Amino acid sequence: MVQSIVLSGLAVGCIYALIGITYNVMFSASRVFSFTAGALGMLGGVLGALFIDRLGMPVALGFPLALLGGVALGIITELIAVRPVLKSLDQHLYVLSTLALALMLQQFTAIEWGTDARPFPRLFDLPRGGFDQQFWLPMLACAAVIVGLELLYRHTLIGRAFQAIAEDTYAARALGLPERSLRMASYALAGAIGALAGFAGGEMLLAFFGNAPLLTFYGFVPVALGGMGSNRGAVVAGLLLGLFQQAANFLVGGIFASVAVFTVFIIVLLARPEGLAGAALQRRV
Amino acid sequence: MQMPAAGLHPGRVNVLGSMSTIGALPLLALFAFGVALPLFGGGYWGVIATRACVYWVLVSGLNLVVGFAGQIAIGWVALLTLGAYTASVLVAGNAAPQLPAYLALAIAGVVGAVFGLIVGLPALRLRTFYFAITTLGFATIVTQVALAWQSVTGGGVGVAGPVFPPPFSSEWGFYYFCFGFAAICTWMTGNVAASRFGRALTAIRDAEVAAEASGISKPALLVTVFLFSGAVAGIAGGLFATLQSYITPDAFTLDLSVLFFIAILIGGRSSILGPLLGTILLTVLPEFAAPLVAWSTFLYAALLLVIVLAIPGGIAELLDFKNRRPLASDRAIVPRPELLPRLLGTPADAGALTLEQVALSFGGVHAIDGLDLEIRPSQVHGLIGPNGSGKTTTLNVISGYYAQHRGAVRLNGMALPVFARERRAHLRIARTFQTPRVVGSASVLQNVMIGGTIDGKGTFVESLLSLPRHRRDEAKLRDTAMLALTAVGLERLAAVRADRLQHSELRFIEIARALMLRPAYLLLDEPAAGLSGEEIKRLGTFLLAIAAAGTGVLVVEHHPDLIFDICHHVTVLNLGKKLAAGTPAEIRSHREVVNAYLGG
Repeated sequence: MVQSIVLSGLAVGCIYALIGITYNVMFSASRVFSFTAGALGMLGGVLGALFIDRLGMPVALGFPLALLGGVALGIITELIAVRPVLKSLDQHLYVLSTLALALMLQQFTAIEWGTDARPFPRLFDLPRGGFDQQFWLPMLACAAVIVGLELLYRHTLIGRAFQAIAEDTYAARALGLPERSLRMASYALAGAIGALAGFAGGEMLLAFFGNAPLLTFYGFVPVALGGMGSNRGAVVAGLLLGLFQQAANFLVGGIFASVAVFTVFIIVLLARPEGLAGAALQRRV
Repeated sequence: MQMPAAGLHPGRVNVLGSMSTIGALPLLALFAFGVALPLFGGGYWGVIATRACVYWVLVSGLNLVVGFAGQIAIGWVALLTLGAYTASVLVAGNAAPQLPAYLALAIAGVVGAVFGLIVGLPALRLRTFYFAITTLGFATIVTQVALAWQSVTGGGVGVAGPVFPPPFSSEWGFYYFCFGFAAICTWMTGNVAASRFGRALTAIRDAEVAAEASGISKPALLVTVFLFSGAVAGIAGGLFATLQSYITPDAFTLDLSVLFFIAILIGGRSSILGPLLGTILLTVLPEFAAPLVAWSTFLYAALLLVIVLAIPGGIAELLDFKNRRPLASDRAIVPRPELLPRLLGTPADAGALTLEQVALSFGGVHAIDGLDLEIRPSQVHGLIGPNGSGKTTTLNVISGYYAQHRGAVRLNGMALPVFARERRAHLRIARTFQTPRVVGSASVLQNVMIGGTIDGKGTFVESLLSLPRHRRDEAKLRDTAMLALTAVGLERLAAVRADRLQHSELRFIEIARALMLRPAYLLLDEPAAGLSGEEIKRLGTFLLAIAAAGTGVLVVEHHPDLIFDICHHVTVLNLGKKLAAGTPAEIRSHREVVNAYLGG
């Protein structure tokens, strides 16, 4: 039993961490937390099931197409929910515009795909049980994303430009960096990561429209606890969250697990609003 | 409805608060329509109308949280769920002996209030997105608990809603019951909106630092509002359960939460009528387009996006014709210093305001480095120095926005607590800001009235019920604010939305707001910035008159002319240290000052 708690806990934790990274990638490019992060994860699962199960595509085709769907939605998010309201960042209109877009995505899925949770295809024809693919796929995806982002940020010009924008938008713009295109690229990247989270975790989460608000919440917990913008914090906090949740699930039942997660989340946030790892100082006057 | 043109009849300005932005007439018309509704139709429309009433009971309270205080609470359906289950379970007797429906409804209100507070409390520390996500998390969890706690809630099977005894058992009887609640909620929230509490909420939303400087305690105010909002949401839940006649967790989807939230934003912030129309619209709309019912939440979300992008002010702003009339373009601000003694009265001697060896550094930068300063009543004290010399930082330490690392700020010998910004207002220390902080969507007069918030005597409940003390508070605040506005010379603009004014006028609004405190000390951060030469002269005369009335004035300024004309005492800062201090004449001839700062 301990083995299955740890395996499923780490797997779920990896999905949460990936959604957390989705939040972070969008945040560092625009200072905006977007409600669409959870919807992207949900769509990764739904698109995967749509392409592979319903349309009968091979995994090698369905997978990149699902990611492309995420990329497209990331770009749409930037274009219609973020760019128009960035000018009035202090009014927090982005909270409303991204919420509206997330709800539209969720409702559209509910109507066109259906409100039932549908099974997600087995990606590899391997025997079930033990260290099953439903567990190692999310872990593999998470590891790949972390390594990929490190390489991107450290060793490529565009990655350094991303970091420059995240660090100081005005200075980056003054240096002649194409801020708009970089922001759009960040949202595209975030879209791919979010869709990957839902795709890799598809077998655990199923292809279900209701995953959107759940992932929006549970994916934000690692961001809030790990410190906004910090991907390492998000991974650590995401894994802890997954383990805690699965352990509580097995030991005391799912409902109390949710209540416990929520309580811990609130208490930590109230004690340290800037996250366990982050530090924020804002000038108000 | 008398609605004078902007500034023509300052004495007759209608200040019903947000109610007046559109007027009470539409509300009365809606009321009459609601009363007469059973005459028009029947059957199904009765159910729709009852549902609109129940939703409005919840939305009216949520409106204070979202529309007025600006807190993004998107999971309020959780409180509807709690109220519905509390009332149903108590009447059904699943958990305790059966209770009568009325008592159960009252308890649902109490439960709603308690949980409204619990859901709302994070808002005291968390901002916008964080708070939004906690309310979302709470909403998902409440539904899960309702599903799982089968012995009490019936789980997925559900539980029957309470049935009220006659005369409220019939369809129209129950409609009138809900309509009564809706009408009372409209009246009560309308009262609050037009009270100092309503204005304080909008100040927290749009100009939080100004709210603090005016002595408004955000925690106390938000706690009160969450309690009220939770209570009406709980009651709405009880009514909702009766209306549904049978409730399951499926009835409380996030879609409902979205409906409540969007109704407010469609209606517009700081409005009662707008969100009311929004609620009716969103409840009725799907009934006209049956094929669209499945798409309703999608359409609401799309509507929200359109509103955010195109008309952030909502219906209320679209209907605000009064503020479309052009203002006179050749407006000059002519203060009337002669009114100041009447406005300020004779303040008791508060003693000197002193800084002793105050030091504060940001990282490695010594913003202030061992500063001594003494400001006396009835004097104008100038604080000048180059950019980055620590002038505004000094002001922020005095008013509690920064905590000094060393030294003390004392008023009449008593050390002022660090960070206790709201306490400053109670000690009659008022301030203005380098960038004027006003509530743009409120009228000029309402902005000035915010300054007098702490002088109100009535409680929140008295304002809810419009009791005599509340009405006396309001009349007094309005008169004083009008006097303050007349003193600074802006009385003609009293009814105009503040965001339509020029920068220089906003500076005088801030001064009028600060004067509402009858300050012992008035701290001004670059009051002359953006003013014309003529206006600076008038400002100087006005500040001298404020000092003559007994107030100690501290002016941080870049205009040497203003400083040397009006100050009794000048302190020159450089790199966080005192470079020189003395009378204007002494400073003018001080060699180092001339070299470092004045030039020449």
